[in-house]
Amino acid sequence: MNGVHDMGGMHGMGPVEPEPNEPVFHEDWEGRVFALRLRTSRWMRGRDMGSHRFELERIAAAAYLRMSYYERWFSVLVDRLFRGDFVTAAELEAGTADPNEPLPPLLPASAGDQVSASRLDVDVTSRFRPDDWVRARNVHPQGHIRLPRYTRGKRGRVTRDHGVFALQDTGLDGLRLGDFPQHVYTVQFSARDLWGSQASARDSVFVDLWEDYLEPD
Amino acid sequence: MTKPEKDRVGHREFLSEAAVTAAAIAGHGAGSGAGAKQPQGDEHDHQTVPSDIALRVKALESVLIEKDMVDAAELDSVVDTYENRIGPRNGAQVVARAWVDPEYRARLLTSGTEAIAELGYGGAQGEHMVVVANESNVHNLVVCTLCSCYPWPTLGLPPVWYKSAGYRSRAVVDPRGVLREFGLALSDDVEIRVWDSTAEIRYLVLPERPAGTEGMTEAELAEIVTRDSMIGVTKVPATTGDGA
Repeated sequence: MNGVHDMGGMHGMGPVEPEPNEPVFHEDWEGRVFALRLRTSRWMRGRDMGSHRFELERIAAAAYLRMSYYERWFSVLVDRLFRGDFVTAAELEAGTADPNEPLPPLLPASAGDQVSASRLDVDVTSRFRPDDWVRARNVHPQGHIRLPRYTRGKRGRVTRDHGVFALQDTGLDGLRLGDFPQHVYTVQFSARDLWGSQASARDSVFVDLWEDYLEPD
Repeated sequence: MTKPEKDRVGHREFLSEAAVTAAAIAGHGAGSGAGAKQPQGDEHDHQTVPSDIALRVKALESVLIEKDMVDAAELDSVVDTYENRIGPRNGAQVVARAWVDPEYRARLLTSGTEAIAELGYGGAQGEHMVVVANESNVHNLVVCTLCSCYPWPTLGLPPVWYKSAGYRSRAVVDPRGVLREFGLALSDDVEIRVWDSTAEIRYLVLPERPAGTEGMTEAELAEIVTRDSMIGVTKVPATTGDGA
C-alpha cells in the first residue's frame, strides 16, 4: 500500500536524533510489549491473522506518525488478541481474566499463517543474473508489498541473487497472496536515477527485490 | 493545540505534536481499542507516550498470564536476552576478528551468515546476513525505509533513531546530509552505498580499522567498535583522538 510507512525519500519527517547511551528499552512496558509479541505468536497460528507488517502499515497515517515503535506493536498485538477472542476489551480494562470467557485452543499451523521469511530450499529458475539491467515495476497494490515507492519505474542493475524466498505480499485482507517461490535480488539504483541531478553521481541505493517486482530493461 | 514555543523539540515530541490534531481527526486510534489514547492526554508538554500505556501493557500481561498464554519468567527472559545478551558487542567481535584475520574477513564478505555463525551468532533477524566493507573510497550505510529491519544477532534491537521517520525517509535521498549530522563529512570522491533492507537479507557494515590500532589485540579492538559504525553512520574513531 502507498502508506506513510513507505517513507524513503520523503521530506519533513523530523530530525534524526541519536541518543547517547540509549537503553534497549526506554520504559519497562516496551520490553514487555516486545516479549509479549514474541511469546504470544504461537497462539496466532492457524487463525488467518495476516501479516504483522501489514497491520502496522494499516495504522492510520496520522496515528502511525504519532505513535512510538512499541506503541504500534502494542496496538497490533491487542488487535490480534481481540480478533482471536483471546482477550476481551472488558478484560483488558479490568486487567484480570474473566473466568467465564473460554480460551480458544492452540491450533496447528495453516496455509494462512505468516511463513518463515527464510530462504526456501526449492529449485526455481532465475529470470535475472548479476549485471542484468532491470526496471522495478510501476505497481501500486493496496496490500502489503516490499517494493518501495521510490524505486518504482526506476532502472537498476542486478548485483546479487540471494536465492529463493516466499513472496510476502498480501491482499487487502492482510493475508499473503501465496508463496510464489522466487528469487530475490539485490538491485543497485544509481542515486541520480532515483533522485535526479541533485544527487551525487557516485552514490547508489541497493534494494533487495523479489523477481515479480522486476522486468527486463 | 500545542504551541511551537520550544526552540528545540525532541523527535518523539516533534511527531506527537505534529500528529495530535491529525490523530484526533483520524479517529481510528490504530487497532480499535488497543493503544487508543485519549486526546487530552497529549496536552502535557513533556509527555511522549500516552499516560496509561504502561498500565495497559501491565493489564494485558496480567490477563495473558492468568490465562496461561504466557509465562512471566519467559517474558523476563526475553527482555533480559535483548537487554543483556544480544547486542552490538556481538557485532564488534565479528568486526575485530575480520580486522585481525584476513581469511576470516574474506569469508565474512562472501558468506556473511556462516562467518558470523563461526563466532556463535545467528538466529532471528540474522538468518541471511550480508556484510559490506567500508574502504577509503567506499562508505556503506544501512537503513530500512519500509519498517525497521535490523540484524538482531549482531547488533541487538535497533535504536530509536534508526526506526525514526527522519532516518528512514532521508537515508536514501540524502545520505551525505544524514552522515554530516552524525559528524561524518565525506568528501565528494567517496562513493556512498545505501542498503535498504526491504527483503529478508540483513546488513552489517564492516568499518575500516582506524589508524593507531596496529598494536591492539583482537579483544582490545572489539572494545572500540561502535554500534553506529556497524550501521554505517559513523566511522570507528582513531584511537589517537579523544575516542568519543
